[in-house]
Amino acid sequence: MGYQNIFTQVQVRGAGPDMGIPLPKGDWSREGSPGPSYLMGKFGEAQIGPFYLGRLGLASLILGVLAFEIIGLNMWASVGWDPVQFVRQLPWLALEPPSPKYGLQVIPPLAEGGWWLIAGFCMTASVLLWWARTFIRARRLGLGTHTAWAFASAIFLMISLGFIRPVLMGSWSEAVPFGLFPHLDWTAAFSIRYGNLFYNPFHCLSIVFLYGSTLLFAMHGATILAVGRYGGERELEQITDRGTAAERAGLFWRWTMGFNATYESIHRWAWWFAVLTTLTGGIGILLTGTVVDNWFLWAQQHGYAPVYPKTGVVDPATLGAIK
Amino acid sequence: MSFVRITALTAAAGALVLTGCGERPPMKTTQLGYRGVAVGQITNPRMDAALRQVNGIPATPYALDPDTGGERAGHAYQNVKVLGDLSTDQFNHLMASITQWVAPPAQGCNYCHNPNNMASDAVYTKVVARRMLQMTRNINANWTSHVQGVGVTCWTCHRGNAVPKNVWNEDPSSAPISGKHLLGNTRGIASAGHNSVKYASLPYDPFTPYLLGAYPIRVQSTVAVNGPEVPIKATEATYGLMMHMSGSLGVNCTYCHNSRSWSDWSQSRPQRVTAWYGIRMVRNINNEYIQKLAWAMPANRKGPLGDPYKVNCTTCHQGLPLPLYGVSMRKEHPQLWGPVTRDVGGIALPNVPATAVPLSDGSIPHAMTVKARAPALNAAPSKNITATASVIAPTG
Repeated sequence: MGYQNIFTQVQVRGAGPDMGIPLPKGDWSREGSPGPSYLMGKFGEAQIGPFYLGRLGLASLILGVLAFEIIGLNMWASVGWDPVQFVRQLPWLALEPPSPKYGLQVIPPLAEGGWWLIAGFCMTASVLLWWARTFIRARRLGLGTHTAWAFASAIFLMISLGFIRPVLMGSWSEAVPFGLFPHLDWTAAFSIRYGNLFYNPFHCLSIVFLYGSTLLFAMHGATILAVGRYGGERELEQITDRGTAAERAGLFWRWTMGFNATYESIHRWAWWFAVLTTLTGGIGILLTGTVVDNWFLWAQQHGYAPVYPKTGVVDPATLGAIK
Repeated sequence: MSFVRITALTAAAGALVLTGCGERPPMKTTQLGYRGVAVGQITNPRMDAALRQVNGIPATPYALDPDTGGERAGHAYQNVKVLGDLSTDQFNHLMASITQWVAPPAQGCNYCHNPNNMASDAVYTKVVARRMLQMTRNINANWTSHVQGVGVTCWTCHRGNAVPKNVWNEDPSSAPISGKHLLGNTRGIASAGHNSVKYASLPYDPFTPYLLGAYPIRVQSTVAVNGPEVPIKATEATYGLMMHMSGSLGVNCTYCHNSRSWSDWSQSRPQRVTAWYGIRMVRNINNEYIQKLAWAMPANRKGPLGDPYKVNCTTCHQGLPLPLYGVSMRKEHPQLWGPVTRDVGGIALPNVPATAVPLSDGSIPHAMTVKARAPALNAAPSKNITATASVIAPTG
């Protein structure tokens, strides 16, 4: 009985690999000769491949590699093509957007942000093509397009940061640099510049949905594992034909917190939480610097940030001769 | 090897590495502000011993008798332009102290003086020392907003070194290749080992714009909406300066600021005001006292771009919120609190032929050309900060 539960550690191997349904006319063929992998079976499906690349996938990969190469070569050049320094310095290395003096110029000198713009274009195009690919692959398999729309929400946040907001602000320099530490330091600087992003209500919502997503994920995963012994992992079947697994799972949460999602609705909860994380985040970004310049002051004006006792310190620039 | 065993070994190795750096947890947190606002100071008690070692105060060469009148140094000795108000006893005591604080032991008095004529200004270090004495008295008299009653002496920066250990120059790795070239173009961003901004990936020269120049440090809008346009890049530069201050003083951001609103003075600690004056004091030191000595300095006392070694927060603080643990040397060395005289450096002897300072092995360095007095050096920013130069800030 154990092997009938997908959470069992028994790996089921058929006579041959599962090649999937035939592809419709006009599609490329699937690549690779699939086979089982014991190690991958520990984490998920033991069969690796076949893999469908397709025109969109190929174009996306080419542009993605191009962006990756432009960023990497710029970083490598910045350490004088020294391979040791490239590895040592990698977390610090940056491909910075153009300086404020270039505004929205297309295209600034390559060494002064031009390469950043080209790399950003390639990366964005690559991501958008990959989005189209997820949409079309889902249609080809007769699926809904929920994955594509969830992905679109993440892309919205990415484009808000790297394109829409810089355009609204009239300067590429407002965008995020490429680089490991540089983009993190940029994030901190962005929050500092605009008076603490924690007081941006859309940032708050985004955090709620982000942490909420992880909580829902943990609750749902735990619930399904817990009712696996009753076949609870057959979620789609239990939506329409509720068995003891669904009954017990629902009862557990109702007894614990007075309310339970259903086998169907929990997936909509999770999908919306995930989608709203980046959707509200993107809105928060687009309002920053365009509409609101200091979120802390905005929050105080709206009675939204608590007021603590003042320390009595006065700005010394207002006091005397020294400026 | 079992998973548990590997995990335990990794944890032990990690702890060992941290212990090797002396930064093993746990940290000590001290609440400094109103409850719930997270205004506090985090320190690692294991770092104390190392800090104590480099931040001690040397014994005075001999006890100084109180000034009971008598002949003044300005009368007794020739060519005394700054310390003329002292008694000869006080004067000689200070000379002995300076020898202990600054001069290399092998050279002693001769590091600054011509042994055949102590009054001569032929050795450039004497000209520099005179200006530095003016500076010290100026700091102790006019910058009490920063140094308060504690004040400073030569020791505060020098610590037994002819040139203080923590000094800075304009960075040659950025200026000549900013912009046009890709090769070696770091775009002003710090790399591994750049501790000017405490190893953050931020613009690595927070000194030229803010501690020599007077670029606006404030980047946050003082109004909720319709504030001025200040680029994020300017914020990153300010952030870099703050990291320098944090590292220099061995404090975290919340030693001065309330992190909910960095710019709000009414929620900050008074230490922020002290720091604000400190920034202005350092600008004054660098522009009025050090840059103006460029003409007297030989090449081996200048940076690669020909600017003299300048000071920043670390020069005095060296890892402590209060340099030398806030211990004042005023009682033993009252000579450094006295009348502030005007700038006579360069006016008295405009083209003094400087003698290059011998290296530690006694040899004379080959780079010893001294140019005639440099044209007025003001806070000209280097090219690599043009991005921040265009910043328009709401307030000074």
